[in-house]
Amino acid sequence: MLVYNADVKRWFTGGISVSPLKNVCVPGLNCYSCPGAVASCPLGSLQNTIGNGKFPFFVTGFLLLTGTLFGRMVCSFLCPFALVQELLYKIPLPKLKKTQKTLVITRKISILKYLVLAFMCILIPAFLYFKNGISSPLFCKWFCPAGTIFAGWPLTALNEYLRSAAGHIFLWKSAVAVSFILWSVFMYRPFCRFFCPLGAVYSFFNRIAIFGIKVDNEKCSHCNACTNFCKMDVLKINDRECIRCGECIQRCKFGAI
Amino acid sequence: MSNKIHFSKLSVFLLVVSIALITTGVLLGDNMTIFRKAIFICMECVGIA
Repeated sequence: MLVYNADVKRWFTGGISVSPLKNVCVPGLNCYSCPGAVASCPLGSLQNTIGNGKFPFFVTGFLLLTGTLFGRMVCSFLCPFALVQELLYKIPLPKLKKTQKTLVITRKISILKYLVLAFMCILIPAFLYFKNGISSPLFCKWFCPAGTIFAGWPLTALNEYLRSAAGHIFLWKSAVAVSFILWSVFMYRPFCRFFCPLGAVYSFFNRIAIFGIKVDNEKCSHCNACTNFCKMDVLKINDRECIRCGECIQRCKFGAI
Repeated sequence: MSNKIHFSKLSVFLLVVSIALITTGVLLGDNMTIFRKAIFICMECVGIA
């Protein structure tokens, strides 16, 4: 998080960084309008490129490269908004208990992030470009809580012009961000599990990613000690919900992970 | 910890494709499109547009 937002002095100016590194993307969800952001958000860049009527060669290649190297390990170690959710979950308040029933429900709801990716980030911006000649980044505009928390709130606090221009969309996005902040206290990583388009992209690569954890099937006794306690409601190591955090490794008594 | 590096034919193929896509994007000026957007405050991201 500190590396992604290294232009610290911008936090006090009411503006944003113009770092030349904004030519390239970071792997995690970090709004490029965060005052200190030194590189670009891959989701914002994806929508922006599509909204300009271009096929996003660079961003697609970047996501493919990151996914092939790490899969959803990005979610564990390289995403600032994931860190925020992790820290909120540490607040000592009651947590939603994991049961077989909640597992079934959360697995079904987790499909939502693929719909968010497909419709809000790709199809609708493309459709609006072909219809109107220009499009805006729908996910960023109407939903992204990382953009609100890291960019919207600090910039409106420091910039009088932006503060005066903030209207109903800002209020809506603030409500969404506050909802995720509260939700994260009671449930582990709700945004990552149910809504994050970036997690959706990287989940496609979990089984083939080069770096990360792997199960030795010869040693595995299928006792499910690894998945029983998993807070992401993983059914199998490296399935689409697995963020490859490695917490299951010490759970395995057979050394299979 | 027993983390390992796992190469497969598919992952090598995807690495090659990703580098080709990145190179194509750079040559076509995708980075300038991204840069031009990223150095100005994204009003949509802030929730103002």
